[in-house]
Amino acid sequence: MQKRKFTLAIAPHINTQEDVSKTMLLVLYALLPALGWGFYVFGLPAFWLTLTCVLGAVSAEMLMQYMRKRDIWVIKDLSAVLTGILLAMCLSPNLPLWTGFLGSWFAIIIGKALFGGLGYNIFNPALLGRAFLAISFPLLMTNWTVPIINTDLSAVTTATPLALSKFEHIFTSLQTLFFGMHGGCLGETSALFLLLGGLFLVYKKVIDFRVPLSIFTAVALMTVLLNFFTQGQAGTIFYNFFAGGLMIGAFFMATDLVTSPVTPFGNIVFGIGIGIIVMVIRVLGGLPEGVMFAILFMNGLVPLINRHTWPRRLGQGVVNK
Amino acid sequence: MVEYILIFISAALINNFVLSYFLGICPFFGVSKKTSSAVSMGLAVTFVMTITAIVTNLLNTYFLKPFDLTYLTYVAFILVIASLVQVVEMFVKKTSKPLYNILGIYLPLITTNCAIFGLALFGQLRDYGLMQNIFFALGAGFGFTLALVIMSGIREELEFADVPKYFQGVPIAFLTAGSLALAFMGFAGLIS
Repeated sequence: MQKRKFTLAIAPHINTQEDVSKTMLLVLYALLPALGWGFYVFGLPAFWLTLTCVLGAVSAEMLMQYMRKRDIWVIKDLSAVLTGILLAMCLSPNLPLWTGFLGSWFAIIIGKALFGGLGYNIFNPALLGRAFLAISFPLLMTNWTVPIINTDLSAVTTATPLALSKFEHIFTSLQTLFFGMHGGCLGETSALFLLLGGLFLVYKKVIDFRVPLSIFTAVALMTVLLNFFTQGQAGTIFYNFFAGGLMIGAFFMATDLVTSPVTPFGNIVFGIGIGIIVMVIRVLGGLPEGVMFAILFMNGLVPLINRHTWPRRLGQGVVNK
Repeated sequence: MVEYILIFISAALINNFVLSYFLGICPFFGVSKKTSSAVSMGLAVTFVMTITAIVTNLLNTYFLKPFDLTYLTYVAFILVIASLVQVVEMFVKKTSKPLYNILGIYLPLITTNCAIFGLALFGQLRDYGLMQNIFFALGAGFGFTLALVIMSGIREELEFADVPKYFQGVPIAFLTAGSLALAFMGFAGLIS
């Protein structure tokens, strides 16, 4: 960010210890259990992939800062590290490392730096990077493996629970989904750890509880509604909560401070929109999972949501007679 | 009825004219700087699209096909669309000033736009009936308006962003449109 000189106004001033790196650090802490579980379940490839993504994101951020003749040590605010980790957590664990690197470069350069850097990006960088990879390398990106703790062999391919339920009508048990003993993205498998991390962030007031709450409410209502119209193809409510990327999406991606609305009511609209689109894509669409697309779509709507949910200023619109 | 709704949704979201066919890019970037003008432009496009859908469908069914003149499609469609929209513009200007203020200035701009012409050709290619064609046009127009309004919201926001010098204005708008197109790809296969 540019160094500008600020002139201080007269007292009183409120002082706070909060800054960007503190917030990012809290989010990182919240992600650690789920990430650790990903390493444990999927083994070393997951670790190397995460490391590659983080290095990719940090190097891209430094490169862009250098090219814009800005301070390259802004990487200390940890936002690039977080983007890298979030991107890695929604990738297939045995993805070739160069793909992860490419994705994180796309995420930081196209998704963030060209929009003006931290605070100005419209779309969630990590999700944009993932969407880019999903469209460019569809085969690599849907090559899921069985967790190594379930098998003696490494790299046995499997389908994700949502793909199984959608195309073959096999529903994975809730217990498996909740603890994360199934194939899927590196960090999305364990609903339990993501839930704990998310609640920690809500408790610390880093994220707005309205976003996840309205996402889950909308998903639950849509599940009931779609089950009614499609004779139970949507699965149970909790199945939809725990399967796929909804947990990580609702708590860590949608709540991104930059790309979510600033008004309280706007956050509710935003969350409901995500929940509806997720369920429409999951049940009626051609893809098994739609969390990424739903969040990106609603990210695009955020400027409009902000403008139309702006709270009324005191005395605004009052006509004196 | 279900068939018409499916045509509408398909044209609006899944095969969005701007974000998946990349038709009508010029008004999409030209008039997406302000939300108010974006809404007007979207309405004007929807209006012209609906007229086009009705006229080209009748022309195709009752003139081009019976006389085996389909090789004249392009000429006939362009002529008829352009002249008809001009007449409508004059009519609106004369009869309804408020409507003219909303739509009027945009009507001549888009008469021969590729989105309009693409709509006419798609309708002919897919052998749509009159009602199907009208719903196709309404869906395409709605999708265009949606994309344009979202885009204008983002671009108004980007006015304040610290975008690198050489990416300000249109370049960053193209990047935004690409990102939006990525988001719209999630709707692929929604209707099967």
